[in-house]
Amino acid sequence: MARDDEKMAGIDRRGFLKLTGGILGAAGVYAILINVKGTAILDIASGQVAGDYDPSEHYWGFVINSHNCIGCGKCVVACKLENRVPQRDDCNRTWIERYQITDDGQVLVDSPQSGINGFVGKPSPKPSGEEPSIDKAFFVPKLCNGCDNSPCSQVCPVSATYKTKDGIVVVDQERCIGCGYCIQACPYGARYLIPHDADRSPTGNVGVADKCNWCYHRITKGRLPACVEACPVGARVFGDLNDPESAPRKIMRDTRVAVLKPELGTKPKCYYVGLDEGVR
Amino acid sequence: MDGFAYPNEAQIGWSLIVVLYPFTTGLIAGVFIVSALYYVFNVQSLKPLARFSLVTALAFVIVAPLPLAIHLGRPHRALEIFLTPHFTSAMAMFGYIWIFYMGNLMIQTWLVFRKDIVTYALTGTGLRRRIYSVMALGVYDLSAKSLAIDRRLVKLSGAIGIPTAWILFHGYSGFIFGSVKANPWWSTPLMPIIFLFSAVVSGMALLIVLYVAAMAVQRKPINHDALRSLAGWLAGFLAVNVTIEVLEVVTMMYMREQSWETIRSLITERLATSYLVIQLLVGSALPLLALWVVTLIRLPQRTSTFLASAAAVLTLVGVFAMRWNVVIGGQILSKSLRGFLSYTPEITGREGVLVALFIMALPFELFALITYFIPPWREVSVQSDGVQLELNMVEPDFPRPT
Repeated sequence: MARDDEKMAGIDRRGFLKLTGGILGAAGVYAILINVKGTAILDIASGQVAGDYDPSEHYWGFVINSHNCIGCGKCVVACKLENRVPQRDDCNRTWIERYQITDDGQVLVDSPQSGINGFVGKPSPKPSGEEPSIDKAFFVPKLCNGCDNSPCSQVCPVSATYKTKDGIVVVDQERCIGCGYCIQACPYGARYLIPHDADRSPTGNVGVADKCNWCYHRITKGRLPACVEACPVGARVFGDLNDPESAPRKIMRDTRVAVLKPELGTKPKCYYVGLDEGVR
Repeated sequence: MDGFAYPNEAQIGWSLIVVLYPFTTGLIAGVFIVSALYYVFNVQSLKPLARFSLVTALAFVIVAPLPLAIHLGRPHRALEIFLTPHFTSAMAMFGYIWIFYMGNLMIQTWLVFRKDIVTYALTGTGLRRRIYSVMALGVYDLSAKSLAIDRRLVKLSGAIGIPTAWILFHGYSGFIFGSVKANPWWSTPLMPIIFLFSAVVSGMALLIVLYVAAMAVQRKPINHDALRSLAGWLAGFLAVNVTIEVLEVVTMMYMREQSWETIRSLITERLATSYLVIQLLVGSALPLLALWVVTLIRLPQRTSTFLASAAAVLTLVGVFAMRWNVVIGGQILSKSLRGFLSYTPEITGREGVLVALFIMALPFELFALITYFIPPWREVSVQSDGVQLELNMVEPDFPRPT
């Protein structure tokens, strides 16, 4: 009797093995196909989009002149319009922070509605509630730092976010699985997840990570990022770091610049003029 | 929001559901270690719990990836992690490690329970017989030689399972958090070690609770000596775990780096209840005290078991609080180090409390299902087809069927 069972179950086992092999084989083929498709996507996004644009000829950089910024919020408006960024306070590709240093050395920071409506209110009160006496105040625009050693692309489990040859960190939202690891990994808070109930989305995808890509669709056509174009005071300067005569390179020659959180070793390509000690 | 946070930080991306991920993987790793202590290291006092712990680990490992899959913004793309992994990502390996570990665990469980399965297949009738025949996978050899090979394979599989469970499966979860340099509350090389020890602690505590509960439901006598032995192991691991956890914070406190002011405020104000009270006092200090009493003083058996069970429940609460404090604590702390956000889990909704409770109930349902087919505590003797079966809750030794 045991032998009968053995025979019967033996066939079962063989069938089972065949089935398993078949499934694994199919999964393998699918994986190869996906990978081929993935490579194609990567190549397109890394620069063969706009005719004669060659990504290997450029290495883009940003300079923010904090002295110039008046906190008008036009850059945030332009970015939201240009990139169809969801109209919510927690979805920003760029934003403006206001720093106020009090006479007793406290650093008060705020960014009402990400600075999109400018800064019309009173200075934010101290944690104690009393009106602060401000010694100095300034605005700091923030955006993706375009890190050369970007932690966000390092941690992405599916290579949905990656660095292009011309030095821009981009997100392939057709590939992103929305795990949120990149959002945790970015030290600058430059990333957000497009909510499922968002009113709009840059690529029509929701539930995926999004962030500033320095208007990659514009710069590959020889134009400036929308925020740079919208800034009335030249606080945002964009250009090719490969070109010694580009606007950012000139500023970096003429004055001293710093990057945000240099101790983390992310090597940002977003350089700040007039960065104060309290700015993080 | 209190103070300043980067505007995008208002989204708390890793919610209650993500808290469940390190909690469940930790339970698996810890439960598995108990079985390995017997099958690999031959700790005889834990023998009565060895089969029990294997089945428990299996019930939990099946559920492990569920919280992560539910949490994804695009769950239907979850398979991309397997198909197009990005090798510099700490997260990308999870799927492979999980499959490898689960496969190994299934093989080990099958080998350990093979005697039972074959016996049930040979003695059962009808559908029951068919089910066990399939589970037997065509191998009906219960000779002494065959069983000896089984035992060796179980030892090998257990030996493979230990590094997989510890280093890969759970130390790795710790690395996912510990390697995020953007977050000062997470980024420490101690994180994988802390995760490892808290994992073992939570798994052992779960076993104590589940074992006592299962024996009560099954109306079977509790093996008090085995339980007391396990309580001793739990006390040891818990002591190490608390030491490392506190050491990490004490070092931060002493070094007073830029982030300390914010972290101090995080643990003494924002997480005062869940960190100081639940994780450290209720979840660590109290159970440690109780377990020391159980281990060092020979109390009446029932008192000892009751105290150990109570300590185990508190330990589980403490480890859950620890996962919460890491996952949620790390996100309510602004990376600008200038303020805090707040997080209250929603009740309904995809990442709400109800879904979390559903996920946490699943492994127990699976446990009931698995133990229905291969009860680890079964100790009836069955006489059928000339096969004398002496099944008991410890390793049964079957004579060869004729």
